Amino acid sequence: MVRATVKSNMPTTTARTEFLAGIRAELPILLGVAPFGMIYGALAIGAGLPRSAAQAMSSIVFAGSLQFVATQLFATGAPGLVLLLTTFIVNLRHMLYSASLAPYMQKLPARWKWLLAYLLTDEAYAPTILHYRQGEVNHGGTENTEIEDSLRPPRLRGEILDDASSDKRHWFFLGAGVALWSIWQVSTAVGIFLGAQVPPSWALDFTLALTFIALLVPVLTDRPSVAAALSAGIIALVGAGWPYKLGLVTAALVGIAVGAWLDRGRLQSSEQEQIPLPAEEV
Amino acid sequence: MSGTPLWLTMLGMGAITYGIRLSFILLWGKITLPPTLQRSLRFVPPAVLSAIIFPEILRHGGAWNVSPLNPRLLAGIIAALVAWRTRNTMLTILVGMAALWGLQALIGR
Repeated sequence: MVRATVKSNMPTTTARTEFLAGIRAELPILLGVAPFGMIYGALAIGAGLPRSAAQAMSSIVFAGSLQFVATQLFATGAPGLVLLLTTFIVNLRHMLYSASLAPYMQKLPARWKWLLAYLLTDEAYAPTILHYRQGEVNHGGTENTEIEDSLRPPRLRGEILDDASSDKRHWFFLGAGVALWSIWQVSTAVGIFLGAQVPPSWALDFTLALTFIALLVPVLTDRPSVAAALSAGIIALVGAGWPYKLGLVTAALVGIAVGAWLDRGRLQSSEQEQIPLPAEEV
Repeated sequence: MSGTPLWLTMLGMGAITYGIRLSFILLWGKITLPPTLQRSLRFVPPAVLSAIIFPEILRHGGAWNVSPLNPRLLAGIIAALVAWRTRNTMLTILVGMAALWGLQALIGR
């Protein structure tokens, strides 16, 4: 009887449902990622990488766009230091992802942090951050959990801790990450196997841009985020020829700065309920 | 590069990538970001995603192509409309690829 009562008090989302929801959210993205993985496998072989190294890079590095750049660099005989520097710059955007997910992951055990960090790719990040933010809306929470925590009276803080222990959303992250990881390994293998049999005229590389378009549109929720996207896009175009993908990093930072700058008025007024935006901003 | 240097370079690339991804997840709470910076993090997805998309479409293969007859541009716009109306990733990819193939057949690459 006691057990039955405890069970009925369990939160509605369990680890299993979160994990499966993560896989489900990732499935459509995989449609765009799989051809990209195949192209990577084929390019790596074309660039003269041994099959074992081409396959291993997909699990050791596990970063799609970097693997493409690295394949070109290996082919041109670039020194190891250039490859390491390029790795740092091309993947610097993941530091932004890390910072943006970190507040939600604070209360996780260390082993979860180490595991999920390995799975933190563009394609796992996008559905995961959306999932965390939707959860906030449902629970009536706000963006800044850390500040909120310190402002609450002690009794309420205890309740938040209870809430954190029943928070299973990291399983969603794991589901999305594992799904992407598996497909990335398999599609790399298929690409290595098929080699140059995939004709370039099929333009299968376009699936990556399409995947990112599908991920971008839902996050364009207000004017500052649209401005962030447009300014980052324009800077990325201008800087597309810059060495070591520096254009990408610059573009991301400029976009974030533009969004934050346009958002500054709203941030100040958000504590006094919703005040209509000034006419020139609407 | 081949043999041991190749593998060592790859391990180094993996370590750097992992370190970057782990950075804030591990350090959050030990170091504090200024609140302004914390709130700016919500612009990470739109900024990074479009910084990847724009050059893929308008400077594909390194050469500028801002012509309104750029098949990737037209297919990208169609895909964005599908994403906006349906919020369906799979449909966005399928319609976008179909549009690209159709446009390439009509206009050429």
